[in-house]
Amino acid sequence: MAETHSLQDLRQQATVASKVFVQRDYTSGTICKFQTKFPTELETRIDKQQFEETIQTLNNLYAEAEKLGGKSYLEGCLACLTAYTIFLCMETHYEKVLKKIAKYIQEQNEKIYAPLGLLLTDPIERGLRVVEITIFEDRSIGSR
Amino acid sequence: MKNCEYQQIDPRALGTPASTPASTLPHPRKELPHPRRKWEVFPGKNRFYCNGRIIVARQCGVLPLTLSLIVLTTTLFFTFDCPFLVAHLTVCIPVIAGVLFLFVIITLLRTSFTDPGILPRALPEEAADIERQIDNCGSATYRPPPRTKEILINGQLVKLKYCFTCKMFRPPRTSHCSLCDNCVERFDHHCPWVGNCVGKRNYRFFYTFIVSLSFLTSFIFGCVITHLTLRSQVLNLNGSGNVVELVVCFFSIWSILGLSGFHTYLVASNLTTNEDIKGSWSSKRGVEESGNPYSYNSIFTNCCVVLCGPMPPSLIDRRGFLPPDVIPQTVTSETELHPFMTKNDTNMEGNCQEFAVSCTA
Repeated sequence: MAETHSLQDLRQQATVASKVFVQRDYTSGTICKFQTKFPTELETRIDKQQFEETIQTLNNLYAEAEKLGGKSYLEGCLACLTAYTIFLCMETHYEKVLKKIAKYIQEQNEKIYAPLGLLLTDPIERGLRVVEITIFEDRSIGSR
Repeated sequence: MKNCEYQQIDPRALGTPASTPASTLPHPRKELPHPRRKWEVFPGKNRFYCNGRIIVARQCGVLPLTLSLIVLTTTLFFTFDCPFLVAHLTVCIPVIAGVLFLFVIITLLRTSFTDPGILPRALPEEAADIERQIDNCGSATYRPPPRTKEILINGQLVKLKYCFTCKMFRPPRTSHCSLCDNCVERFDHHCPWVGNCVGKRNYRFFYTFIVSLSFLTSFIFGCVITHLTLRSQVLNLNGSGNVVELVVCFFSIWSILGLSGFHTYLVASNLTTNEDIKGSWSSKRGVEESGNPYSYNSIFTNCCVVLCGPMPPSLIDRRGFLPPDVIPQTVTSETELHPFMTKNDTNMEGNCQEFAVSCTA
């Protein structure tokens, strides 16, 4: 959504070599969590640790968004009492975290992924199903 | 479509000549009117109003009936019973009825006009990636590899089915609604009365709606009975309004109370109507590892999670603008490809379920 100009350049000028998809991890239920398994396609491009750290941070952020507890129940009960009209004018906790995630992804793209000729796509743009990583052919554009 | 063709040419046109505005006039005229929003190319069978703010199923014919039944009964109550009851009992009666009525109407509209948790269809690259995975898994035999994926959820084996329309493995608890032609997360059922699917995002609205509606009908029913008994002591019966109210309330009260009871049970055990009808977690299936893997094993926690948990975001971003380089043709062409295949297992999940529910209720 809100990529900077250099990222836009990367998107337009470099040719897409392939795309890697990190699938959801459902082992602990339907909470939003992605597999931290390192895809083999990225082996030549990025450090394994770096990649796992990014996914783990994303998972932690989603866990924060879907955290159950007093605060989220309070929000839910309040919304229920107002017949859920409050959702029309109030930003939910989830939406706030989603903004944080969008910011985090943009930051990671700028700092780490774009220079390596990679691009992360915010999972919300893919229905929270996958983390899409685009691998670009031309590395030089990203690293300038 | 015209728009897309133009978009494809656009980057080159920008690069080569120092764009002469006079010569390229016809093109920008096509571009300018307004950038298209995503709901305009949405592949499912939904209708959108207010520039994508409101989403409903295509056939929402019963929703006006539901609304008019509620409004009619309440209006009759306010005109025929309230004056008498206020005079003889208390002013609280119209106040309570009014609050309940507002609550019912608001939650009904919220249920109908909220995205139930539609999963967007896979884009071509993602679909291709999944295809590749399926091909890799299957051995080179005559039969095509099975389109299911088995995963462990909380230590329990769950089968994920491939959705031929949406080009993906349906996430757990997701089901494809044949009426709306969408995969809906935590699919409960397609409710013709509210004219929408009931799923992850609007289940709490739906539950509040039926519970408040059962309170409202019981309240009106009680008040009408009180009115009639009080009046019969003073003078003989009259008023055709009361009879209509009595009939509507009498018939609706049982089904609605039953439905609220049924859904209360579902909420308490963190089940969906879909899972309950299919008996996904009933003890018959697996002997040792049965039970709902999503349940928190505590009625209280289940209720809190289902009704007061964090509100998940809408995934279809229907008000978002289409990116200029993405061509929306992909998804629509895919729907045409496998019309017979999608029929396989999704047909059952529509009306039958609602019918079954109303039967059990």
